[in-house]
Amino acid sequence: MASSVKPPATAPSPASPAAPSAAARKTGASRERRSTHEGFLTHRRMFWAKLSGALALGLTALYIFVPLPGTHFGSSWLGYALGTIGALLILWLTMLGVRKRAITPGRWSLKGWTSAHVYLGLCVTVIGTLHSGFHFGWNVHTLAWALMLIVVASGVFGIWVYATLPRALSANRYDAEGAITERQMVEALRSIDRQIHEAAQPLDPQAAALVGQSLEQNPFGGSLWNRMTGRYPDCATHRAMMDLRALRAARQRTKDDLLGRIDALLARKDAMLDRLRQHLKLKAWLQGWLYVHVPVTFALIAALCAHVVSVFFYW
Amino acid sequence: MGEIFKVAIIGSGPAGMSAASRAARLGMSHVLLEKTDHLSDTIFKYQKGKHVMATPSQLVLRSDQEFDAGRKEEILARWNARTAELGVNVKYNAEVRAIQGTGAPIAGSVQKIVSRARDGSATTTELQRHAPPYAITLASGETVLAENVILAIGTQGNPNRVRAPGGDLPHVTYQLDDPYAVLDEHVVVIGTGDAGIENARGLVEDPAQGNVVTILNRNPKSANVRESFSTAKEPNAKALIEDDAAGRLTIRYETEVKAIEPGWVTLSTRDGEERIRCDRIIARIGSAPPRAFVEGCGIEFASADRLAFPTLSPQFESSAPGIFVIGALAGYPLIKHCMNQGYDVVEFINGNTGLKPADEPLLEAKFAGLAGGRTVDEWLAFLRDNVSILEGMTTLQLREFMLDSEMRAYRAGEVIFEKNDPGSSLFAIASGSVHVRVDPQDPLKVVPIPAGSIFGEVGLISGRKRGATVVAAEDTVCIEISRNAALKLQSQVPTARRAIERISTERQILQMFGSGLTPADIAEVVETSTIMQVRAGEAIITEGDEDRFVYVIRVGSMIVEKQVGGKPVFLSYLPAGSYVGEMAVIDGGPRTATVRAAIKSEVIRIDGKAFRRVLAAKPALLDRARKDMEVRRATNAFIETKKDTFSGVVDLYSEQAKFLVSQGLGEATDVLLIDERLCVGCDNCEKACADTHDGLSRLDREAGKSFAHLHVPTSCRHCEHPHCMADCPPNAIQRGPDGEVRINDTCIGCGNCQRNCPYGVIRMDKVPPRKPSLLSWLLFGAGPGPGEPSRTWSKKHTKYTGDPAVDEALDRKKAIKCDMCSGIEGGPSCVRACPTGAAIRVSPDEFLTVARLEREGA
Repeated sequence: MASSVKPPATAPSPASPAAPSAAARKTGASRERRSTHEGFLTHRRMFWAKLSGALALGLTALYIFVPLPGTHFGSSWLGYALGTIGALLILWLTMLGVRKRAITPGRWSLKGWTSAHVYLGLCVTVIGTLHSGFHFGWNVHTLAWALMLIVVASGVFGIWVYATLPRALSANRYDAEGAITERQMVEALRSIDRQIHEAAQPLDPQAAALVGQSLEQNPFGGSLWNRMTGRYPDCATHRAMMDLRALRAARQRTKDDLLGRIDALLARKDAMLDRLRQHLKLKAWLQGWLYVHVPVTFALIAALCAHVVSVFFYW
Repeated sequence: MGEIFKVAIIGSGPAGMSAASRAARLGMSHVLLEKTDHLSDTIFKYQKGKHVMATPSQLVLRSDQEFDAGRKEEILARWNARTAELGVNVKYNAEVRAIQGTGAPIAGSVQKIVSRARDGSATTTELQRHAPPYAITLASGETVLAENVILAIGTQGNPNRVRAPGGDLPHVTYQLDDPYAVLDEHVVVIGTGDAGIENARGLVEDPAQGNVVTILNRNPKSANVRESFSTAKEPNAKALIEDDAAGRLTIRYETEVKAIEPGWVTLSTRDGEERIRCDRIIARIGSAPPRAFVEGCGIEFASADRLAFPTLSPQFESSAPGIFVIGALAGYPLIKHCMNQGYDVVEFINGNTGLKPADEPLLEAKFAGLAGGRTVDEWLAFLRDNVSILEGMTTLQLREFMLDSEMRAYRAGEVIFEKNDPGSSLFAIASGSVHVRVDPQDPLKVVPIPAGSIFGEVGLISGRKRGATVVAAEDTVCIEISRNAALKLQSQVPTARRAIERISTERQILQMFGSGLTPADIAEVVETSTIMQVRAGEAIITEGDEDRFVYVIRVGSMIVEKQVGGKPVFLSYLPAGSYVGEMAVIDGGPRTATVRAAIKSEVIRIDGKAFRRVLAAKPALLDRARKDMEVRRATNAFIETKKDTFSGVVDLYSEQAKFLVSQGLGEATDVLLIDERLCVGCDNCEKACADTHDGLSRLDREAGKSFAHLHVPTSCRHCEHPHCMADCPPNAIQRGPDGEVRINDTCIGCGNCQRNCPYGVIRMDKVPPRKPSLLSWLLFGAGPGPGEPSRTWSKKHTKYTGDPAVDEALDRKKAIKCDMCSGIEGGPSCVRACPTGAAIRVSPDEFLTVARLEREGA
């Protein structure tokens, strides 16, 4: 038996390296670093999931077992308590947007905030629904409740997207030489365009017009539908490639196969476009749900204000 | 032959020009020989408008030329005007080929010059020195005679020449001033470094130029640009390949020049010889450092080390009497030093021997406040007599050395450094003594280190944190030697190098055995040990071998692999300071795993027999070693069992570990990784980075490489031995209190660090103007929002004052890199600001462990 290893022992040397220890350790004179490698859903062994689960269960139990007047639940002490907790929680959950952008010093972790946001946000559905006392109608109160559900539903969709799409996003960026960035994809397209442009100089007008369609194409163009599906049925480059192939098949082969060279370039461009579009599609999904989640949150807060004001006005 | 000058100065950079100006001012007969047709070629070639710094600011300038920080053009204009005004006798286009004494042979003064060929063989030639006056042979064949020679040629060197027959023809050139001046020519560019590529592309930029350009690459064609164009920047190489694909020029791979004749060139290619049209050859094949030329003049270097400088007297006189070496070639890259030396040397030649060096006040300040009331000279003599590693130094080296070092006085009982403090400096005890606290729990368990010795050397060698607390045992005076000064010391003074190596070997071995041993117990082990350099990827232990050595990793890091099922499986990562190989020595039998260097490393190889004898004398140690070995065996067994049940997982883990090592984790101390299973691409890490650091992001999340969902973004790894630190003129890159490698405000924007960083994590940029607050962006949409502002926004909102000095400072680019958010509570913003937990910072010894496999994989 032979090669073995061990961390250095502390010994009579003035400057021996520090022995590696558990996950948390002092990396220097003043800083502690925790290299906890866990995602926002499992953060701190799902502390926030447990907390909000307990909160939901506790409040439901209170709702069921505490005797309260059946008619106007909202104005009972439990109703007020649930309403206050729910409203404050909604405002706090909204603050994630500020926390994300205010990079202040301190021991906060945005992952922790996200984790709390997710689980407490789910809990809000329980709190809000209990607060309603299951009285629904065509009024601003039910509107607030409905908006809250839309926000939470869009958030749940966001969690699903966050949990499933990142792998696809990274897989799409890989190639033989490693990862390629969005900017590199755009640069690659430009470079292929330049090559196509030069190669196409000697072409006759008919073929040149075909190639021109591809060169004039905006890689970021297309409708929202195109963007979300990643499908571009009338892609100019693809069309140009196909038409040029038909043209090439119809013509006599020459020794210097110019159309063949351009065809290869167009095929490369087509593949790179596919990749960029796939990338943009995934990014659109990763970000798109926020365009529901955030505006509806503001609508919710407005409805919430109307709800609170009207409740106190008519009381 | 004409007149014999009192002094000939070679090279008209700051050093040579200052010397010549002094000579002109003193009315001494002199000549200033300049290779090109203008003064100060190095500075002349700086990019347009470059800001030249005047560091060290506390050093007084002593020269007949003015110098202050400013734009390159202004500085050169002032120098040119002053040189003309003083009537300096400049001889332009005078490239010196040889310097030879014309007097009688100097008895016993023979120089041995060792030259090494590419294949590793060395030949030694002997050179008999002759007395002055010196005959200086110029490239034109002309000879200049002078009693004294001042060599101030810098370290730029001369371009490497084409060696093929016909290489001396006039159409073989080594530079291209203006590519648009070349029209309708067949041009062959040799060399695919950045210079060659830029020249070649410039010649075909406009089809109207009508040039037919061929560029020769010695390397074979490969899909990997970095392999086929190893010396060029990647974007340059890619652009060249594109030009080739578009038919604008031709790249010929695996091709070299065989012979040159007017109008034609013969190439040797993989498929045989080929003769092509050629009106002009531009050879951009690097430059040779001037060492061979300098040695040929009879000037001795301190050592064979590539970084060594010539051996000089306190007055800068070299081993050839009458030849003085100053400036960058003497080891002083800063302009002020150079100018002062030029002045001092000419004064000395003129007979002024009492002149104190210009650094005298700086040294006085260093020694001020220390007890003893010694003068600078007395202090220097005291240090040389009392500190063993300084014994072999000349006064000049010692002065320079002290400029980079600090004197420290400690009261009895005062802590010098604490265990786990970061620090790469070396301490030498000038008087007094210190205690090393062996046991953190028990302050009474100490090991004394006496006066004259050193401590802190492991941090210096391995770049890791301090391993023990050191306190002053009595009132003590130490020299704290910065890492740079210590490295210079080791390359200049072989005795110092050996002394440091011996002490560090002894201590590292003591540390390996643990407490309870004295240096006497391990004397034999130390005696029989050798220090070995190991190339990256090279194995020190091979599985199945029967050798009996134990290795201590001194510098760098190693990985341990084992063949399982015909594939090497990564077992563990060994940082500097670990030891390996004792199992075979204790228990016998063949090696059970292979240990290879993750990066260029240095190990201490210990003879197994001597090692066994130490263990035999101390049964307690043997017991402990056996216990440790059990843990190791359990790991091996774990991997083997996992391999049967979860072979895919083990493979993945193993491949991933190798990928991380290839991405520089082997030399990292703290690196940002991104788990691509969690990263949603929001770039909040980059925005957070920019918002914590003046609006400039020091990381590029998307760039960089990935393997099995682990992404290494373009961001600083805080290497143990940072490549960026290697060549920083103002010494602005330092390791900070938390172990971070950071650039301080003295950065002059030269870009050396950016070029030296193998991971491309340093950028040169100017600080954008302040953004409106987050609240005003959220509420009113003021400003560009979180993250790095766009260039257009920055440009529009930079408040120029109209005062050139202030505006210039606003526009000045500086080197920018990750500082691990040093001094910011909560630690690195990139990690704090990641919403999903994808961004993590790790150090390799924590991360590259089997524990990760247990936790995550199996």
